[in-house]
Amino acid sequence: MSLDPATVRRIARLARIHLDEAEVPRLQDELNAILGWIEQLNELDVADIAPLTGPAQMALKMREDRVTDGGLREAVLANAPDRAGDFFAVPKVVE
Amino acid sequence: MLTDLTLAEASAGLAARRFSAAELTEAHLAAIAALNPRLNAYITLAADSARAEAADADAARARGEAGPLAGIPLAIKDLFCTAGLRTTAASRILGNFIPPYESTVTANLRRAGAVFLGKANLDEFAMGSSNMTSAFGPVENPWKPRGDAAAKLVPGGSSGGSAAAVAARLALGATGTDTGGSIRQPASFCGIAGIKPTYGRCSRWGIVAFASSLDQAGPFARTVQDCAMLLGAMAGHDPKDSTSADRPVPDFAAACSRSLRGMRIGIPREYRAPGMSGEIEALWQRGLDWLRAAGAEPVEVSLPHTKYGLATYYIVAPAECSSNLARYDGVRFGLREDGADLTELYERTRAAGFGDEVRRRILIGTYVLSAGYYDAYYLKAQKVRALIHRDFTEAFAKVDALLTPTAPSAAFAQGANMDDPVQMYLNDVFTVPASMAGVPAMSVPAGLDSDGLPLGLQVIGRPFDEETVFAVAAAIEREAGFDAQPAIRAGVAP
Amino acid sequence: MSYVIEGGTGAWEVVIGLEVHAQVVSQAKLFSGAATAFGAEPNTQVSFVDAAFPGMLPVINRECVAQAVRTGLGLGAHINLVSRFDRKNYFYADLPPGYQISQYQHPIVGAGVIEIELADGSTKSIGVTRLHLEQDAGKSLHDQHPTKSYIDLNRAGVALMEIVSEPDLRSPEEAGAYLRKLRTILRYLGTCDGNMEEGSMRADVNVSVRKHGEPFRTRCEVKNVNSVRFVMQAIEVEAKRQVEIWEAGGAVDQETRLFDAARGITRSMRSKEEAHDYRYFPDPDLLPLVLDEAWIAELKAALPELPDAKRRRFMQQYGLPFYDSAVLVAEQATADYYETVARGRDAKLAANWVMGDLFAALNRTGRTIETSPVPAAALGALLDLMADNTINGRIAKEVFEAMVDTGEAPGAIVERKGLRQVTDTGAIDAAVAAVLAANPEKLAEYRSGKEKLFGFFVGQVMKAMAGKGNPALVNDALKRQLG
Ligand SMILES: [Mg+2]
Ligand SMILES: [Zn+2]
Repeated sequence: MSLDPATVRRIARLARIHLDEAEVPRLQDELNAILGWIEQLNELDVADIAPLTGPAQMALKMREDRVTDGGLREAVLANAPDRAGDFFAVPKVVE
Repeated sequence: MLTDLTLAEASAGLAARRFSAAELTEAHLAAIAALNPRLNAYITLAADSARAEAADADAARARGEAGPLAGIPLAIKDLFCTAGLRTTAASRILGNFIPPYESTVTANLRRAGAVFLGKANLDEFAMGSSNMTSAFGPVENPWKPRGDAAAKLVPGGSSGGSAAAVAARLALGATGTDTGGSIRQPASFCGIAGIKPTYGRCSRWGIVAFASSLDQAGPFARTVQDCAMLLGAMAGHDPKDSTSADRPVPDFAAACSRSLRGMRIGIPREYRAPGMSGEIEALWQRGLDWLRAAGAEPVEVSLPHTKYGLATYYIVAPAECSSNLARYDGVRFGLREDGADLTELYERTRAAGFGDEVRRRILIGTYVLSAGYYDAYYLKAQKVRALIHRDFTEAFAKVDALLTPTAPSAAFAQGANMDDPVQMYLNDVFTVPASMAGVPAMSVPAGLDSDGLPLGLQVIGRPFDEETVFAVAAAIEREAGFDAQPAIRAGVAP
Repeated sequence: MSYVIEGGTGAWEVVIGLEVHAQVVSQAKLFSGAATAFGAEPNTQVSFVDAAFPGMLPVINRECVAQAVRTGLGLGAHINLVSRFDRKNYFYADLPPGYQISQYQHPIVGAGVIEIELADGSTKSIGVTRLHLEQDAGKSLHDQHPTKSYIDLNRAGVALMEIVSEPDLRSPEEAGAYLRKLRTILRYLGTCDGNMEEGSMRADVNVSVRKHGEPFRTRCEVKNVNSVRFVMQAIEVEAKRQVEIWEAGGAVDQETRLFDAARGITRSMRSKEEAHDYRYFPDPDLLPLVLDEAWIAELKAALPELPDAKRRRFMQQYGLPFYDSAVLVAEQATADYYETVARGRDAKLAANWVMGDLFAALNRTGRTIETSPVPAAALGALLDLMADNTINGRIAKEVFEAMVDTGEAPGAIVERKGLRQVTDTGAIDAAVAAVLAANPEKLAEYRSGKEKLFGFFVGQVMKAMAGKGNPALVNDALKRQLG
């Protein structure tokens, strides 16, 4: 599988990373080099193998239903690049 | 010089009141002031708070309440959130982020009495093997090739600043994180010890995430024993991290003096990759001889899927990172670049905030998870990961630990491998499999190459058996008698 | 009887499936310890986990899991002992991490069924495909500033159950009945308060149309409709829109739409225009959710009697018709109220009073059954006064109104107002005789065969006795004197 320029633009869009048109060919080459190298996995037949998500081999622990957090409005908003009163602000979103 | 002490020696000296924590900290701050402008090992210095913490440690000792690391000055990888102290992940996108909270690992270290000298440089978001991707500039390796004092080598990555700081005596120890080799490879490049413990041994809470199923915190120090002391303080169950293991923390330091008699050490034949340098091969052989001399029995074993580790890693880690880094969007913290609408704000912020390597990995990760490619890449990688995991399980049915080289080469020049990402990725060929399997692995300095640059050997253990890893690494350390020092270090700068 | 839309080319059937997002009743959020209470000051119920600060990690709330299991059990559904959390990746201003933690491939609850009751008394089984746990997003306010949207993260991370139906619904009425029934079940279980005005229950409505017997055609998803009435309206207008497109020779595009209640239309959602590629993958911060069978059994044993079972029991135990039973069990509190009134009394009479006079009084006073001005025990006491002939049914209505107004006990009202019914046959005979004497023409008409006038005489006698005459004795006396 090899990426064409349109796919590079599409995944950059999905990842919300702006690309200048001039960057597309270089990225395309780099990504294709990486993906081409990854193709070596095709040597393996893994049809019957159960996937492993992570190395932690245990069941999920659960916490009790108690309010132990929150009430931190100032700290939560303190790093905001645009704060409007008690809200985060972003350019108007049209639904 | 106080900066030349090992952590254990410094600890004993403090306990015996031969010097104070304030003096120990001042000595390190002076060394940092002299060398950091050149080495760039620290992104952010915390001199004032370090002095205050040292004074606290002295006071605690006077009260008879000194913790196990009271007064020990450390460098903290700038991936650990530290309350009130800027945390950047070496990225422009975190801007001047001041966390309102303290990571569990650093909180544990603080509770043990440690002094934080500052935040150590790293590859941006811990993505790299050279520390060249930091938005705050590269770190210079304090080691010089014989006869070339002008050469600038990389310290390895991603925890390059931590490793360089410890090697150059700008800290007695440091925290690092290891996702595919980010503790072990820089330890090897800088001639110090570093361990990536079992996945789940240290809490990930409050550490800026790169790849959640792989990230694991661990310590650097100049001796195996020092690493054991640090890990003992860093580790422990954390209910705030669902993947944190609910197990007692053993006495790692005590394990360092365990005998290897009767131990079986596996030599994975697949690590003898074609093209391995003769020097590395010879060092590995010497390591075996040392272990034999210490009473262990070397056994050849097979980890058949070793060669697929890296390719698997470069699917899994980017996939997770593409999602983990979505939160850097210019809305709640960090950099914001304005845009006409929200999408443009996101796209411009993230384009301006992320460096090339981070962008590359986010794009790869986005691609391998996208509709139509998930099965071919991500799902397949998870299946190969299961095979790699099985390889280790089967090997550990036969042996107590594995011995391999840490990295395929010694430190290389700044700028090398930069135009070929795949070539750069190959640095992690020996470290990635243990990361995929989540097993503990440590790099211990074992010798110098023909250029006089340090090389490490890697000891890999069973899940949650760091004690055996420490025992084997300590035996190598004793047998190797590695006592070389970097050209640039506190008090010495050519 | 089936719902169809008549088009120029013939009749169209509507196919509807519902995805209901039900907010889980819990103190704290699904993966953080922040509170869930409705109506708090903006950004006060937000942890660093909810705001997706660097290094923050999710830890699951046991009660939210228990609530999902209870709901699954209540829907007669299969509980999956192993389920998993996945990340659904997309960028949105009120989604801080850039992904929603949800359950995509392995939901906690599998297939179940909901039985709905329709106005004609029939019932229909609607398949539930699955139920999964996921996080709610925050709230965007678009009307506070001319060029900005404001973000409040209080809701971000609150636990939701997404309950997905099969496309088994065929009319707005069925969809409404499904939603009401689901809400009833959730409220019985105490797993969701069902308050649609506060957004605790929202529906995504999948609508398509087809000619009878055809396979499914393209569907549209109408997002986030927040009342039963709007769901029914949205289906109606969306189905009509689609029929018009097909009839004009066009094709319906699969898309996400919004229901504009003010204009009574659905419209394409601009923010969702972009192709969906959510890049689901297992959340590496969480481990598989493994449930203990003994715990599930414990939760099951503690479940309340659910509406369908209660309805069947009401029909059997109290001899009520289907309709009455269904109405009385729609709310747990109503059912409890009814049972308090009915126990040891005439159960059908009790049902009539609850569904008639009581419901009317609640309506009139704007009260709910929980805040009823007439407690169940008081209504029971009123029924007792009828049963022991202290008052007649007509006077009972008057007493009941006084109870609503004053909160007084029925016995006290009867005594105070002297409403005991008259059973003295002498007094009744005298009243009858007086009425007959006062209405000679009516009497003549009656005697010449116009027997319908009997009712007129009863009314006149009761009126003369201020309503307090014992109806049976009045009848007897009238029959006797009319000969
Ligand atoms: Mg939906
Ligand atoms: Zn949903």
